[in-house]
Amino acid sequence: MLKIVNVKRVGSDAEEVLFVDGDKILGWNLAVDADVTLDGGGGTIVPALIELHAHLREPGQEEKEDLASGLAAAAAGGYGTVVSMPNTSPVVDDPAIVRQLAEKAARLGFARLRPAAALTKGQQGKELAELALLKDAGAAMFTDDGRTNEDARVLRLGLEYASSLDMVVSVHAEDATLRADGVMHEGEVSEALGLPGNPAEAESARVARDIEIARLTKARLHVQHLSTARALDLVRRAKADGVPITCEVCPHHLTLTHEHLRGFDAQYKVAPPLRTSEDAAALLRGLSDGTVDAVGTDHAPHTSSEKERDLLTAPFGIPSIEVAFPLMYTRFADTLGLQKLVDLFTSGAARVMGWDAPTLEPGAPADLTILDLDTERAVEPSTFRSKAKFSPWAGEVLRGWPTLTLVAGRVAFQRGA
Amino acid sequence: MTRSLLDFADWTAEQVQAIFDTADVMHEVLARPVKKVPALQGMTICTAFFENSTRTRLSFELAARRMSADVVTFAAGASSLSKGESLRDTIETLNALGVDAFIVRHEASGAAHLVNKYSAKPTINAGDGRRAHPTQALLDAYTLREKFGSLEGKKITIVGDVRHSRVARSNAELLPMLGASVTLCGPATLLPKELARRGVTLTTDVNEAVKGADAVMALRLQRERMNAGYLGSLEEYAATYQVNEALMERARDGAFVLHPGPMNRDVEISGSLADSPRALIVRQVENGLAVRMSVLYHLLVGRGA
Ligand SMILES: [Zn+2]
Repeated sequence: MLKIVNVKRVGSDAEEVLFVDGDKILGWNLAVDADVTLDGGGGTIVPALIELHAHLREPGQEEKEDLASGLAAAAAGGYGTVVSMPNTSPVVDDPAIVRQLAEKAARLGFARLRPAAALTKGQQGKELAELALLKDAGAAMFTDDGRTNEDARVLRLGLEYASSLDMVVSVHAEDATLRADGVMHEGEVSEALGLPGNPAEAESARVARDIEIARLTKARLHVQHLSTARALDLVRRAKADGVPITCEVCPHHLTLTHEHLRGFDAQYKVAPPLRTSEDAAALLRGLSDGTVDAVGTDHAPHTSSEKERDLLTAPFGIPSIEVAFPLMYTRFADTLGLQKLVDLFTSGAARVMGWDAPTLEPGAPADLTILDLDTERAVEPSTFRSKAKFSPWAGEVLRGWPTLTLVAGRVAFQRGA
Repeated sequence: MTRSLLDFADWTAEQVQAIFDTADVMHEVLARPVKKVPALQGMTICTAFFENSTRTRLSFELAARRMSADVVTFAAGASSLSKGESLRDTIETLNALGVDAFIVRHEASGAAHLVNKYSAKPTINAGDGRRAHPTQALLDAYTLREKFGSLEGKKITIVGDVRHSRVARSNAELLPMLGASVTLCGPATLLPKELARRGVTLTTDVNEAVKGADAVMALRLQRERMNAGYLGSLEEYAATYQVNEALMERARDGAFVLHPGPMNRDVEISGSLADSPRALIVRQVENGLAVRMSVLYHLLVGRGA
């Protein structure tokens, strides 16, 4: 038995005590004895955050990240559950790999791992992977993220098959031919910098196609990391039409723009690219009005030397799993409110995945996070648990840092510990 | 004076004028029997060419040697860069060997900025991606100024693959600073509309572009552009956009013709026009040496001269 004293619930100033029995929540303010007492320091207790889009790089690219560093980083970011992307080496298109990942992650004891598996063999977009066997092995969703689904018929078949298994398919929605060799948003800045551009329409054209395929199949389709006002508007209209579609946005698309690339720093190179301030503002409106279901980080760790290359050869991706919540809280708590923000990181993500909404009610899994909403602390990449020790927000002073993450009743992260 | 020449973003017309004045002096040096001055004696200049360009590299190396600098050359082809060493590691290694300045050529836009950031040494951009090639623009402007006296009010037309041209971008930055107007012209697929700004107009109509021009510059057209879908064929391009005698009829009487080289004769420029007295192409190369000597002098020795 464990009790956590000196914590608050969202929307309340009252000091309360939460009791945890084993891996379940027992209840609040009970008159029972506990073996262990944790002091919540007056922080706000919320269900542990759910990350539905992280690149953990294992197997095959452990110099960038591995399960241990990635899941420890997730726990430090307040996450209790992480959906990992399958674009590893080899690709997660084999049930044995799903099992290995899940078993190894369970031994580590940081955040829970729910591996996503490839929709198609080798993520080649041509033949469906063994979706039923992958689900049996523990795959949480199907996606060819890292690649785009160029063949519309294959995506249709994948959606139909996944739907029969009651599984969601998520897509990296960019028309690869329209994107071409673009390394940043196509516009005034890309031309000023002389860099090949990726037009906003590469995303919206593909989202329009995928909406029609979701309409056709009536299968659950999740659109990852939306970056443009145009594509978001298409999703908004599709939802109004009753198409079974969900979408996520990433912290970097909300807080950074293509203007940040003017210094030629490849830390800002990401796919889809950082867009305009108008796009960022539209995405924020999408969070407010419910068009956006969840915040996913697209945590994409790389080595520092890879990101010190020029903008043509540096890899795409921004690591953010340790700063996502404080960043979003500091920038947008006034606009969105704490409750809405927490929902985007918890119940919204669960809804996308088709999972029960997490709660702090008796009987629920003891996956919880304590947030310190007051103490200001600067982003210090050298202290990241992630192997990616760089951040476009380095030095930025944020509030809302997680101080404790409990997963299945065990301490997965404790600040200062 | 700016410590590096990456592009013209933080340069003024006065600073450019100072470069030109010193280039006049360098021309006198180059006319002497012993074409050498000790201005950069004891300094080591590294030409870091991550992308091949023998002509530009030779021009820079000769400019450095004429001023008694030691020159070391880094050529990426044979280097560890192909084995994945980062640009930063490469530059820090060269820096540790005591290099005093970097002259950088790279296929990626912005690479010269990164070199400057990692070395903190004076850096000259010798062409980065499609972004900038400032010494080429300086020698173009210097060559035109030699003919016109002043660029004030002159119309300079640049025809060709503007999209992929660092020469066009740098000229479109520099020439308006010196009082000229620039017209960029090419097929719509090779003419990004975002390049239009004060002093720079865009058109796909080559007859319109050349009308009344005081000078016309043809840009090199790469065969790959055809295969990449920017063009139907080189023949079509030549029929529509080639800078030739007939097109030059529309320009001012006695208008000059430039080309940054190397030329595809009878593609972007007619061979006969390139060989005609109005072509300044050879003079551009000669002036390139004096201008680069002047740039090196200003960045490494001169203090606001
Ligand atoms: Zn993606």
